[in-house]
Amino acid sequence: MNLLLLIIIPLLTAVAALLSRNKQQVRWISFAGAVAQLILSIILYCAFTKERAGGNEAEMLFEQNYALFPAWHINFHLGVDGISIAMILLTSFVVVAGVLVSWNIEKMTKEFYFLLILLSLGAYGFFISLDLFVLFFFLEIAVIPKYLLIGIWGSGKKEYSANKLALMLMGGSALVLVGILGLYFSSGHSFDLLSLSKIKIAEDTQRIVFPLLFVGFGVFTAIFPLHTWVPDGHSSAPTAGSMFLAGISMKLGGYGCLRVAAYLMPEAAHQYSNIIIILSSIAILYGAFATMMQKDLKYINAYSSVSHCGFVLLGIGMLTTTAVTGAVMQMVSHGLMTALFFAVIGMIYDRTHTRQVSEMGGLMKVMPFISTVFFIVGLCSLGLPGLSGFVAEMTIFMGSWENASAFHRIATIAACMSIVVTAVYILRAIGQVAMGPIKKNQSQLRDATWNEKLAAIILVAGIIVIGIIPGWLNDLVRPAAEIIMNKIAGK
Amino acid sequence: MNIEPGLYHLLFISGALFFIGVYGFLTRRNLITILMSIELILNSVNINFIAFNKYLWPHKMDGLFFTIFIIAIAAAEAAVAIAIIINLYRSHKSIDVESAEELKY
Amino acid sequence: MPNATLIALIPLLPLAGFLLLGLFGRKYFKKSSGIIGTILLLASTVLALYTAYEYFFVYGKVAGSYQEIIAFNYTWLEFSKGVSIDMGILLDPISVMMLVVVTFVSLMVHIYSLGYMKGEERFPTYYSFLALFTFSMLGLVISSNLFQIYIFWELVGVSSFLLIGYYYNKPSAVAACKKAFIVTRFADLGFLIGILILSYSSGTLDFNTMIDTLTSSGSTQAKAAASTFLGASALTWGAALVFIGGAGKSAMFPLHIWLPDAMEGPTPVSALIHAATMVVAGVFLVARLFPVFSITTPGVLEIVGWVGAVSAIIAAIIACTQTDIKRVLAYSTMSQIGFMMFALGVSGYGGEAGLGYTASMFHLFTHAMFKALLFLGAGAVIHYVHSNDMRDMGGLRKFMPITHITFLIACLAIAGIPPFAGFFSKEEILLAAYHNNTAIYYIALFTSGLTAFYMFRLYFSIFWNKTPSPPGEGRGEAHHSEGGFSMMMPLIVLAIGAIAAGFIPFGHFVTSDGTRLESHFDLQFSILPVALGLAGIFLAMWLYLKQNERPGKLTASVYGFYKTAYNKFYIDEIYLFITKKILFNLIGRPAAWFDRNVVDGMINFTGNTTAKVSEGIKKVQSGKVQSYAIYFLLGVIGLAVLFIYAWK
Repeated sequence: MNLLLLIIIPLLTAVAALLSRNKQQVRWISFAGAVAQLILSIILYCAFTKERAGGNEAEMLFEQNYALFPAWHINFHLGVDGISIAMILLTSFVVVAGVLVSWNIEKMTKEFYFLLILLSLGAYGFFISLDLFVLFFFLEIAVIPKYLLIGIWGSGKKEYSANKLALMLMGGSALVLVGILGLYFSSGHSFDLLSLSKIKIAEDTQRIVFPLLFVGFGVFTAIFPLHTWVPDGHSSAPTAGSMFLAGISMKLGGYGCLRVAAYLMPEAAHQYSNIIIILSSIAILYGAFATMMQKDLKYINAYSSVSHCGFVLLGIGMLTTTAVTGAVMQMVSHGLMTALFFAVIGMIYDRTHTRQVSEMGGLMKVMPFISTVFFIVGLCSLGLPGLSGFVAEMTIFMGSWENASAFHRIATIAACMSIVVTAVYILRAIGQVAMGPIKKNQSQLRDATWNEKLAAIILVAGIIVIGIIPGWLNDLVRPAAEIIMNKIAGK
Repeated sequence: MNIEPGLYHLLFISGALFFIGVYGFLTRRNLITILMSIELILNSVNINFIAFNKYLWPHKMDGLFFTIFIIAIAAAEAAVAIAIIINLYRSHKSIDVESAEELKY
Repeated sequence: MPNATLIALIPLLPLAGFLLLGLFGRKYFKKSSGIIGTILLLASTVLALYTAYEYFFVYGKVAGSYQEIIAFNYTWLEFSKGVSIDMGILLDPISVMMLVVVTFVSLMVHIYSLGYMKGEERFPTYYSFLALFTFSMLGLVISSNLFQIYIFWELVGVSSFLLIGYYYNKPSAVAACKKAFIVTRFADLGFLIGILILSYSSGTLDFNTMIDTLTSSGSTQAKAAASTFLGASALTWGAALVFIGGAGKSAMFPLHIWLPDAMEGPTPVSALIHAATMVVAGVFLVARLFPVFSITTPGVLEIVGWVGAVSAIIAAIIACTQTDIKRVLAYSTMSQIGFMMFALGVSGYGGEAGLGYTASMFHLFTHAMFKALLFLGAGAVIHYVHSNDMRDMGGLRKFMPITHITFLIACLAIAGIPPFAGFFSKEEILLAAYHNNTAIYYIALFTSGLTAFYMFRLYFSIFWNKTPSPPGEGRGEAHHSEGGFSMMMPLIVLAIGAIAAGFIPFGHFVTSDGTRLESHFDLQFSILPVALGLAGIFLAMWLYLKQNERPGKLTASVYGFYKTAYNKFYIDEIYLFITKKILFNLIGRPAAWFDRNVVDGMINFTGNTTAKVSEGIKKVQSGKVQSYAIYFLLGVIGLAVLFIYAWK
């Protein structure tokens, strides 16, 4: 299994999309590319499990290492473990759905698809690179298309949102860059993740570098109080943009926090874990309460993303294997769920031309398919068993509870409380949008088209597969989480 | 009363000329006047060169040469400056220095 | 040994029905979906009955006591060694009994709905939801793992939500389904934290291991009991929180407010979910963990008893004042579940002391029969009259003879008149209460009198009271009969159940420790409750047999109390106050405001300040030659000063 394929295929797709002649061609090329990615990632998963079953216990599989700038010790070093595989699978699912949902974009179609594919390229590269410099490079690739996607194809106050999002994420990546350089110079000039993990970095250095990296990546995953790009960015972005933003790029942050910050600096992770837990508990509850008061569907989902991503950071902050496994599961689950949620919101918006909850009603009658999907995604968001959200959240709760101190207990209970608040806001939205008497001007609307149905079905399938048979994801993620946790526990 | 003019007298004159020139440069709006103020500044420098040359190193000629260079350059500069002013007048119908502020911000 | 495949099929057949009808029902099974669902459930019921027979009479009993048998176990999600969520099948007397109850009542409701829901636009959806509910409920009762029960617990919650909101374009139904879900969710929060505590204390999620660990006085328990919080041990908190979950699902005071509103759903749904099966899940949960409650945390068990008793009497009082027949039945359900709850609360573990446990399960069983019957009967009446309000009814006995007779049987059963089923189970409950907690006994006695009164108030108001307007005048035109065979058959079957169920020697089968318990009836003891029941009936007859002035006068004489009870003791209003005023206005709104203005304000402030500062700085670039000259001059002077004085 050659990991380079994960970069080459999106690259080829993007180039082909640029060279194509008309809109229809662009769409089909992008779709074919996205499907190829999906198949590739599934093959990767199968190859990975086969290798593991064959007794290959190496930390990273399918490693490749090319010297890029020998003078600065920058290598193009690739490799995957269970966590990366989970994220790659997530990305490929979201990409296919995102391409399908954007089928009707008429304005600058070619450029739109080019940017989408470029974003996915950045995400894949990020998840497979084992060299911090290359990792940072791909992180930046994943940021810039978002600025254009929102600025050009967005709606509402899109310039403001695009600026805000790009500036905040750039600020975050600036911190990351400083942190990476700090690691580079304090470790005797190495960017390599694996060799860095074997060196013990001085605790004084860790104390400075860890917050830089954690906050830097944390901005991506909406750490409180640096989460405010989320509502504005999502509400202005085009549908696929929101899907990618919430489904993929918020996960870059969580992955970075875990893989770079916590893994390389275990002592600092211990020292700062209480702060992480406090911030993430605040984000969980406060995000949920703030969601309760939102009236715009996209704002509802954006704030609930803040709340749900709080679980990711909580799981990482709890520093137990189960909690970290749960955090990764939550990333996958939330990625699928929120992408689906935004897709549904986009479908509803395309038809009703409003996102205000109060201006809709009884859509179940005219759009049974979309409303059913809306129900499913809402129920997933509030943690219904059988759907992915439940599995992830319960794993985090169980893992958090393994810490016996009163502080951890209170934080866990606070996080648990959010399941009630989540139920309140989700049911308010569902009750108003899908149920109730139908609004007069909405009685002639049409249900989903084939591409929308396909997109929804792909994501729903992901959610349900994780929800009903979570064992495979658990088996995939847990060993990798265990390696990280063993390092942090000092074993 | 007959006082032999010394170095300090000359420096005083040149200093006075210099500040008159600076004052004129900073306060006048008319470009021609500004140009004249610049000439004053240049001439105050000339006086300095001459004075230092005469009183400190009477056996050298450096100060005189510099003065001649400056006079020559001032002539050329005046020609260029007046050409600019004429062009400015053509485009702005004014030689007020404040009317030409396209380069601001 | 049990055949795991056959038992697994009991919940899986309804699941198949759900998937089939849910995915393809609208297209392919528009008409036939009811039949498909019913046939699948019939198969389930047969299997359940077969399993019950096998368990009780073939392999269940070893050395004189019924065993807990794990027929099947699959590790679904493993957290750490020993702690995992398993999907399993646990067979013991209560789970087998519940299998029978759930499949049987569900089958009756399926058959009944064939007639009742005929012609509904979303007929296949209705049957798929029913199948989903049945699947979840069956999964719940056979759970072998505490987390498994939580999973199915949530699933029954959501199927209840879907079915209450079945008439999704009715705003009141939407409000009701949201309320039901959120209130039970709030209770589930307690359940979840309770699970976390119990699993941490016992190091497992598996029921049998957990109960063994927590009830044996080993080191684990001592360790867990040592860690206290607010003066109570962790285990006490765990058990109490788990009970909160059960109380929410079983509509115990003060978490009962969702149940009356849940009557917005179709009536057969109310019969199945909100009378016979789902609402008793809380009782089932306490019974499932009964050894833990009884041996490890007796304090919590006492709370269980008191919550049950208070719910029973409050609900009974409110039921006397309601006029919507389904609401009367809803409050009566709450009251009867209160009986089951406090029966558990006054019970001990094992032997004679475990009478309350047996009585509670017995009552659960009989209650399922007669309450489902009452609801289905009420459904038939509503179907006929097109109104829920008992003031619109009267004299229907002539037009609905079968409904009338079966309804009467159910009323007699719930009132505790011998030889109907309710008599036997209620006697056992009262007996258990009498021996263990006298205060609860008197509350229960009074409540059972009230029960007879409000049930017969309902009965007389529907079937006697007014002289009816003959059919054909306005309302009855479409309904000359009281419903077809599909609607009458379940009524008759359930009526037979309501008569016969009492004669089952329940103590032989279901006891707290699996050993046989002989029930012995004390005639003298029974006189008082039965007399009270009869008094209630006669009072209702005196007031409501004919239209008269007496009820009006009676309510006028205790107007203040009547009004309070009619308004359900203003509990709804208190909740509304808490949610609207406190949760929304004091937490939600400030949080949203804080986020937009303070947190985001800070970010915007940073941006704006940067912009403002550069706005100020750019003024320097004025385009005026002379100001540049001044800057230049100042700079030269500054540098000169620097070089002359500061540069040493």
